[in-house]
Amino acid sequence: MEKKTFERPVIKKVQIGMPSKFGLKSEYAPIKEIDGIPVKNLIEQYGSPLYVISEQTIRETYTEAYKAFSTRYPKVQFAWSYKTNYLDAVCKIFHQEGSWAEVVSGFEYEKALNNGVPGNKIIFNGPYKTREDLIKAIENNSFIHIDHYDEYYLLIDLAEELNIRPKVAVRINMDTGIYPQWSRFGFNYENGEAWEIIQRILISNKLDLVGLHCHIGTYIMVPWAYANAMYKLIDLFLGVEKKYNKHLQYIDIGGGFASKNTLKGAYLPGTDTCPTFDQYADAITSVIINSSISIEHLPVLILETGRALIDDAGYLLGTIHATKRLPDGKNSLITDLGVNLLFTSFWYDHKITPAQEFGPYTEETVVYGPLCMNIDVIREYVQLPPLKKGDHFVISRIGAYNMTQWMQFITYRPNVVLIDTNKNTHIIRKAETINNFNNLEQTPEHLKKIE
Amino acid sequence: MKLKPKLAISDSGFIFDPSTGESYSLNEEGLIIVQFLKEGKNEEEIKEHFLNEYDIDETTFSRSYLDFISMLKHFNLIEHE
Repeated sequence: MEKKTFERPVIKKVQIGMPSKFGLKSEYAPIKEIDGIPVKNLIEQYGSPLYVISEQTIRETYTEAYKAFSTRYPKVQFAWSYKTNYLDAVCKIFHQEGSWAEVVSGFEYEKALNNGVPGNKIIFNGPYKTREDLIKAIENNSFIHIDHYDEYYLLIDLAEELNIRPKVAVRINMDTGIYPQWSRFGFNYENGEAWEIIQRILISNKLDLVGLHCHIGTYIMVPWAYANAMYKLIDLFLGVEKKYNKHLQYIDIGGGFASKNTLKGAYLPGTDTCPTFDQYADAITSVIINSSISIEHLPVLILETGRALIDDAGYLLGTIHATKRLPDGKNSLITDLGVNLLFTSFWYDHKITPAQEFGPYTEETVVYGPLCMNIDVIREYVQLPPLKKGDHFVISRIGAYNMTQWMQFITYRPNVVLIDTNKNTHIIRKAETINNFNNLEQTPEHLKKIE
Repeated sequence: MKLKPKLAISDSGFIFDPSTGESYSLNEEGLIIVQFLKEGKNEEEIKEHFLNEYDIDETTFSRSYLDFISMLKHFNLIEHE
């Protein structure tokens, strides 16, 4: 006779009155496989914890986003935001789909070049570009987005020194009606600073002004904020046309589209509140199409959205290492992945789903990582089935930022596996070993012996 | 290990404690343990039942049993000896 599946015995107090608005059960079915590959097999073959990336989901998401914009506007160009996920394999999928590269540091710039992106398809953003970074970008004919006056003057000097006219755009910050207003990147629209730098560039004629750029914030849940940004950018665009008779090549609306993850403290889940690509596209393109820019001079619309394109394609698989009852009776789980691998758990209530069958019963659970520090909490409060040592689980929507902001703290970073569109698996970043770190360290001669 | 007297235990997995007015719910495994405790069975007998009927090893069961008993104590459902 086949034995029954065992679930930890659990008892909980029946609460009278309204159920907690934040504490309802959210998981109804296990995630047993990703793109047809059993979670159990992935962990057996590649270890736990494990990052898994679905190539199929990346391509489908990109296609959906591109379609939303290209069916509404004739000139659309996506630029892959390297900081969101700069694993080479991931970047190359986006480049194969037609994305340029959008980088924010010399390191990312080198990565883009190594990935085979031509210099004239790299957009160089960010507040910190060194002299060496800028020389490289100028020589490679990349688009340099000017963040501050010191950078502007440095570019003027370099243009003379190299005898090249760098291609530049101006980064512009503004009030788009949302909070917080990002004011640290670029030049302000409302106080006239943006118009002033544009005029300086055009009058000096040492730099080739080709576009306007803005990055209004992150996880923007209201598409109309982009529409407000676009009105202001178009005002500057038309100002340049009118006063200088110059037609700028592009308007770069930046990134910041939300993903379906749920922000901490949000009343409704992100799956219910996240705008669609169509909604963003409608808000942004309507403003340009309805503006007085003539059809023949419509600028290329550049989009640097990262999170919304990659979050859904990433999974983090883990294993329950221990269960522990807290003094208040709440159950807690110690898992093999913590904030070191899931940096985004600082601002999201991530979806945690068991990878094996479970019953209808749930209990209040705190999910901890393996780190010996108090802030290593993946979920402070979640209703989960009674998981036990050795059970596996899947954290969904982790493709953005976790593989760039991860921390090498007290342990190694694990394998990252890509499932391709033919359901083959590939390690795209190997798990770290002690040798990776030993290779970087050097011990002075007098410290080599400890006897 | 004895349950508090006068606990009302339903077959569908609920406990009512008339001394406090509190109600509790149990999953299937929890209900079986509570019913066995009510019948006066000890840990060894309960363990034997689970090892025979469920796909579970001894250590995992003992660990889960300990945790469950700690919750019965937490809710004051065990008689003080």
